[in-house]
Amino acid sequence: MSADAVVSDRPVAAASRLLMSGNEAVARAVWEAGVRVAAAYPGTPATEMLECVATYPEIYAEWSVNEKVSLEVAFGAAMAGSRSFCAMKHVGMNVASDALMTMTLTGVAAGLVIAIADDVGLSSSQNEQDSRFWGRFAHVPILEPADSQEAHDFTLAAFELSERFETPAILRLTTRICHVKGLVAVGERSERPAAGFHKDVGRWVMVPSAAGRRLPMMFDRERRLRAEAEVSPLNVVETGSDRRIGFVTSGPAYMHVRESFPDAPVFKLGLSFPLPFDSVRKFAEQCEQLVVVEEVEPLIETELKAQGIALSGKDILPQSGELSPQVLKPAVARLLGEAVPEAARAAPMSVFPRPPTMCVACPHLGVYYTLSQLRNVTISGDIGCYTLGFGQPWNALDACISMGASMGMALGLDKGRSEAEQNQKVVAVIGDSTFLHMGMQGLLDIVYNRGNVTVLLLDNRAVGMTGGQDNPGNGRDIHGKEAPRVDFATLVKALGVREERVHVVDAYELPVLLRTLRDETRIPEPSVIITSQPCVLIKDYHALKPYTVVEDKCTGCGNCVDVGCPAIHVTRRDRVRKASGREVDLAFVRIESAACTGCGLCLKPCAPDAIVHVDTLAMPIKVIRKSAEPAPQA
Amino acid sequence: MSATGKYDTTNILVVGTGGQGVMTATEILAEAAIALGHDVKKTEVAGMAQRGGVVSSHLRFGPRVLSPQINPGAADVLLGFEAAEAMRWRHMLRASGLVLMNTGRLVPPVVELGLYDYPDDPVAAMRATGTRVYSFDASSIAQQLGDIRLGNTVMLGAISDHLSFPAEVLERCVLQRFAHKRAELIELNRLAFAAGRAAAEQAAQSATAAGAA
Repeated sequence: MSADAVVSDRPVAAASRLLMSGNEAVARAVWEAGVRVAAAYPGTPATEMLECVATYPEIYAEWSVNEKVSLEVAFGAAMAGSRSFCAMKHVGMNVASDALMTMTLTGVAAGLVIAIADDVGLSSSQNEQDSRFWGRFAHVPILEPADSQEAHDFTLAAFELSERFETPAILRLTTRICHVKGLVAVGERSERPAAGFHKDVGRWVMVPSAAGRRLPMMFDRERRLRAEAEVSPLNVVETGSDRRIGFVTSGPAYMHVRESFPDAPVFKLGLSFPLPFDSVRKFAEQCEQLVVVEEVEPLIETELKAQGIALSGKDILPQSGELSPQVLKPAVARLLGEAVPEAARAAPMSVFPRPPTMCVACPHLGVYYTLSQLRNVTISGDIGCYTLGFGQPWNALDACISMGASMGMALGLDKGRSEAEQNQKVVAVIGDSTFLHMGMQGLLDIVYNRGNVTVLLLDNRAVGMTGGQDNPGNGRDIHGKEAPRVDFATLVKALGVREERVHVVDAYELPVLLRTLRDETRIPEPSVIITSQPCVLIKDYHALKPYTVVEDKCTGCGNCVDVGCPAIHVTRRDRVRKASGREVDLAFVRIESAACTGCGLCLKPCAPDAIVHVDTLAMPIKVIRKSAEPAPQA
Repeated sequence: MSATGKYDTTNILVVGTGGQGVMTATEILAEAAIALGHDVKKTEVAGMAQRGGVVSSHLRFGPRVLSPQINPGAADVLLGFEAAEAMRWRHMLRASGLVLMNTGRLVPPVVELGLYDYPDDPVAAMRATGTRVYSFDASSIAQQLGDIRLGNTVMLGAISDHLSFPAEVLERCVLQRFAHKRAELIELNRLAFAAGRAAAEQAAQSATAAGAA
């Protein structure tokens, strides 16, 4: 079909190049750079960097409990003279920034590179941030690769810069770098033995007097980095024949600019902070007008404007989302006063939405089914798979902002309640890893300040949403090896929750779950209900015998559909008038037995006992009736 | 010159839902393109896709690939692992492009709850817009071979005769994935690939016949 589209006169791929995601390419370069210590907390789209680093035996790698700790570990290693690496998603740097803002004063004794992955386009995050701000805030260099090859090369360059200027360096990635695979030419590892920690209180102990002495050094470093940006090979000017518009761009936006305007001059900023003002000014003189294309905030734009350089930027381009060719081309055409190119495309066809949902047999299903049965309850939520509880059919999560916030928000909802809400119950829902990340401080605050909050701690022994990574709650380290395991019941008691207010409940035992929740929400003091069934995506989970629906026993009540399990499908709908005259909608169901793993959650709400194990269907009907009694949970 | 700029690039869009093997299939297509000496970029938005959400994986190859994303109206082939998902992304196809799609359906909870309807006939709806569609039941083919997970090999077999390189190149890349596995698994995938090829061929014939009638 598209034979005309394939021109093989300039093959560029060679066997020496590997197909790598940006994350894999960064990890490879971390290994090549001789890094000895690497730490991270999982977060989309950054997770695979540390997963991949952990496969190199020469590097000590860890999942840290949160991003701040991971950065402190990396910094400690850099103080000890080991090259170190830290990776996180954009919101992770909000957590880690307290450490960053002072280590920029001390500087580092060996290369320290922080990879921050911005979720431009919000594929899996609670907000969209521009981590290039941290360069300005902390006075550290920002490097912005545009594809996998550059992700590799710029990581090496970042270590070199970090050591030459004795500063942490930030590698700014976006989803479209982390999760794009491209061909990468790689190198080999060069070992860098640790230099050792040299005691120097004037440098490493940041009391006011010492910090005050280092402030001018930090500002001077930024001046020297700006001079470096003027000559750095990371910043490239590409001349072009069509000089009506010159583009200043960075990161993946460069690829979109290059693709959209093949003949335009382009100033590609690889070292995008500090900005090389003189070079950009020179570039501007060669173009009729300048357009800054940056994802997502107008940082380059604002600084260049402050230098008196005339340009367009966010006045013609959006301040959120990716700046792909379909965004760039019409915007630039309008700027040039040209007809906006009519893209050869039809309108999207109308199709139902397919939001992410919880997995078949997910232990959270029972929790949210139960929460949806409670009345007069406000549910403070957190970051993880269980955030999905806000959606259909449960509608059982009322707020979610940042990791660990379910605790503090719940206390605030309790203390700030209105007169009309005096009997409202406040429940906080949080996962195991999230609780350890930033939730336990919030629980301590609830206890200390005598809050009336019922905490549901959903311990599924994994960082579920990012792919089931290990954490201190499941007793395995980043290599899957046995590690000390937190006992959540002991932990929350140590934080001051009274022993009789702590319950460990099987997430599949709906009646117990409901009873415990009802009881604890009635008692006006902090309580913690820990649910204990593993994520269905990790190896701790064992599938049980699948279920099916006895067709002629299903009454169409639809109660099982409210569990929200994706293995339950409606085969037929009906509407009947009851003897009372009330009209009732019926939904008759079947279970996709190939997908069912036998958790049994749907059995409990099924009044006619129409749900049975698959193999019982082959038995005589009398036996079915008998065995269809709700089976005790394993 | 392609519609996407200075470099001639082939654009293949592979779509489906989380867990269907869309990303793996695209990766195998990428390996085939690399084996032929092309520059390659492959992109998708992962993250929450694992939770049964929408997955669309972009593959671009040619002498040099810049932007990893396929623009709307620029895909040469749309490989749909699920009927409604193929429909969702139809607008990404160029006018002369081809849809190769599984008619198998995965109905999400929002439809089961009665909040939305599943389209009655996705194939007919797409054809009504003038789109060339070759459709077949890859889910059933995989199930008949004994494992629904063979679906992505069936889909790769289906696209193999509609690429700018011989089907055998892609088949080799598929089977390489199982090189260290049991012999019967390799054989199953060989069968699944062949079945996908045959299904697409048959679908092409019936589509042409219907067009002529």
